[in-house]
Amino acid sequence: MNGQTFHSVTLDPAKCTGCTTCIRYCPTEAIRVRKGRAIIMDERCIDCGECIRACPHNAKKAVSDPLAAMERFNIRVAIPAPTLYGQFDEKFTIDRILSALKGLGFDQVLEVAWAAELVSNAGALSVDQRQCKGPMISSACPAVVKLIQVRFPSLIENLMPIQSPMEVAARLIKERFYPGRADVGVFFISPCAGKVTVSRYPQGVKTSAVDGVIGIKDIYVPLRNTLPGTVELPLAHASGRGIAWAHIDGESDAVGNPAGISVSGIADVISVLEALENGKMANVAFIEALACPAGCVGGPLTVENPYIARARLRARERRVVSRGHRQPPVAADDLELGWEEPVQAREALRLHPDMLKAMIMMEEMEVIHASLPGLDCGSCGAPTCKAFAEDVARGHVVITDCIFKLRENVRKLAEQLIDMERIQPPGLDKD
Amino acid sequence: MKLHFDVPGDDLSLAGKASSELKKALGRLGIDPVTIKRTAVAMYEAEINMVIHAHGGSADAEIGPAGIDIRLQDSGPGIPDLDMAMQEGYSTAPEAARELGFGAGMGLPNMKRNADDLRIESTVGVGTTVTIRITLPGSTTKAP
Repeated sequence: MNGQTFHSVTLDPAKCTGCTTCIRYCPTEAIRVRKGRAIIMDERCIDCGECIRACPHNAKKAVSDPLAAMERFNIRVAIPAPTLYGQFDEKFTIDRILSALKGLGFDQVLEVAWAAELVSNAGALSVDQRQCKGPMISSACPAVVKLIQVRFPSLIENLMPIQSPMEVAARLIKERFYPGRADVGVFFISPCAGKVTVSRYPQGVKTSAVDGVIGIKDIYVPLRNTLPGTVELPLAHASGRGIAWAHIDGESDAVGNPAGISVSGIADVISVLEALENGKMANVAFIEALACPAGCVGGPLTVENPYIARARLRARERRVVSRGHRQPPVAADDLELGWEEPVQAREALRLHPDMLKAMIMMEEMEVIHASLPGLDCGSCGAPTCKAFAEDVARGHVVITDCIFKLRENVRKLAEQLIDMERIQPPGLDKD
Repeated sequence: MKLHFDVPGDDLSLAGKASSELKKALGRLGIDPVTIKRTAVAMYEAEINMVIHAHGGSADAEIGPAGIDIRLQDSGPGIPDLDMAMQEGYSTAPEAARELGFGAGMGLPNMKRNADDLRIESTVGVGTTVTIRITLPGSTTKAP
């Protein structure tokens, strides 16, 4: 499964005013406004969260699990993203944060940052041994993977075929800590909307070992209230190398290839992928690409400002060095980290399965586009005049949904009425 | 079907737009990723050449069931020695373009590598016309 239609970003219809702000921010033109409400086209949504950030009415949200979801399981395990550490003041150590998390009802806690170190090692190897032409692109950001599936299918072969740190942490819990048990629930504490989707429709693995995804913002208040009175347990194992995955440059530093570059923010990611597809970047070996500004710290399910969070994480990375060495929480040297199945292209932008029919539709689209005002005003509910032309060619809307075309038609009609009014019956015509 | 693009001259930051638009169109038609990439690379290199050497020009693409034909026309200085220009590493790009990582002398060789047929007609002082043909997989039609 490659998550063909499911996505975690949804609309709260009660809050949506149909204002058309979100449609301009969507990198795959997946949103249209219909009948005063924003509609997300399932097959195009990549879960990047841009619309969540852009919506002035907070009508866009990501579906994630409530804290109470853990009650379905006898054994409850939390696997927090390193981004969680950047949400709190540095006076609370990582040990303290993890202990407080445990205090909320989890039997065990394993850092995704620690799993990220394993992924970094496997990633470094896979960059060195890569078979694809050009650089290897990190597959850790689910929105970037989906962006490539939808908009850059020729770059699928460049995706690093290694499981994400979240998936690796969850598998360690299920396979190494509690082998053979079916009553273990693993919950990812997430800054990311896309991770909700990949926990149900994973990328590169057949089934995800993650049972639920709890947004950082949903756990923030109870966790913050628990922190001051929590007794610290030595639960932290990750080094700065793994913790840094929460922000831009973290993964590329951890992978350690000198010919690596890192890019964050969906618009910049797109420009890098465009350049790569054009045959540029011949000397780049690795691309860390993260959809959110400044990396996962900019995720839509976070609370703290991404740049504050990043500064805090950097300070923590330096501090962890002085903590001294701790034994790894579990032996993981022999763990298989590779993908189990390839990721497929999603033909969400294709006009018609029959190429000749698609060509006819595209010709129609070009003609319609040329007749439109080109203001990209959004009144029709599509992000651009071009997208509107495409919607007309696909038969989803009619040309008069463009208010300028409608006005043109009304004017023609009015002119015809006036012309008709001038015509006198022959008996009355005195000229 | 036909697509027309204007390639504005002397602004390298805008170069690549036509190639990007063509790529989007090919994706909408459901052309396979490998062909899209080949087309993108060939078109991009041609576009860059046009901006660096010829103050821009125009590009016309014709997409049919057998393949993609791209014709790029400029009224630039022309190429005095075509054989020399086709050699890898040969470049007459100005310093400003080199600083941006262009002008490695790979433009024409890259176009040749990615196109199924590449024709260049150039007259010094008049201009250059580049025709690129990309055959679609499964198509039996040979390049003209």
